[in-house]
Amino acid sequence: MAEHVTSRKIYFLVFGALMVLTLATWLVAQVDLGWANDVVALGIAVTKASLVLLFFMHVRHSTRMTVLTALSGFFWLAILFGLTIADYASRGQILPFVAGE
Amino acid sequence: MASEPLVPVSSPHGHAAHHPDLAHQFDSMDQQKESSTLGMWVFLVTEIMFFGVLFLAYTLYRTQYPEAFLLASNSLNVLMGGINTAVLIGSSLTMVLAIWAAQVNWRKGIVIFLLATMGLGTTFLVIKGFEYRDKFVEHHVPGPTFHFEAEHTSPHIQALIAKDPQLERHASIYFSLYFIMTGIHALHMIIGIGILGVLCVLSWKGRYNAEYHNPLEMTGLYWHFVDIVWIFLFPLLYLLGAHLR
Repeated sequence: MAEHVTSRKIYFLVFGALMVLTLATWLVAQVDLGWANDVVALGIAVTKASLVLLFFMHVRHSTRMTVLTALSGFFWLAILFGLTIADYASRGQILPFVAGE
Repeated sequence: MASEPLVPVSSPHGHAAHHPDLAHQFDSMDQQKESSTLGMWVFLVTEIMFFGVLFLAYTLYRTQYPEAFLLASNSLNVLMGGINTAVLIGSSLTMVLAIWAAQVNWRKGIVIFLLATMGLGTTFLVIKGFEYRDKFVEHHVPGPTFHFEAEHTSPHIQALIAKDPQLERHASIYFSLYFIMTGIHALHMIIGIGILGVLCVLSWKGRYNAEYHNPLEMTGLYWHFVDIVWIFLFPLLYLLGAHLR
């Protein structure tokens, strides 16, 4: 497995895309879309993060073991968010007295 | 007549000659690099969780006090935040270019791109410093002198203010999160700039080349990770109330 040398052109293209997406996230924020503002902002942020991960952090050419390790981070993050938010969202619904009602 | 040594003494190590940058415990340069990359990623996973709890705290408090978060967010300087986003993305570009320079054996190029990365990182911190200064002047730093009042510039904003009778208290939660999140992010950048400084000296001495530049790659992973954290911080902290302006 020889090291993969990415051409500079790809790096400049990714940089350009990241800049355009930054501008896009700023432009969308000027419009009141209600809850959709957050969905769009996070969607753009996830796209930007994916570009950085795949191209700048070379995950694109990493071994499966490395990719799996990286993904495990986001898996644990999902557990952290999932369980905590499930708790907050359901407080007072399942056991009303817990919330002091 | 002496018998042949069991281990060939072709190198000072007393065993088969290998690449000078290959540590004894590895079979090959590829295995060594894979090992470094994996270790670095395990560290980054802990970093994801470290910043993760802060993003979670942000999510929980913002759901509870949406008006305060919206109005407090509007007091940040979006232009400075936006410029900093561009500066940080630029520093990620110079970071990968430093690794590219190593891959094509361009010693001076490595040093130039590492210095550029450090320069952009420092620019980010200076701009952040000016933003912090403004927050201190405006008494937006949580503590005994904290004071926050949203400007009544439109009926919409007035309605938001009326919805939350404890706006000031809840705004201080937003600013606590703002300072902790951006502060720890800035601390990561200061550490990163320090590491880049060491790499700069070592690169100048010709320590890294096409065959061996693992420390550059690993520092790159760290630097890009810090960039990704900011990619999320910018919209979540700065752009919440942009449509109210």
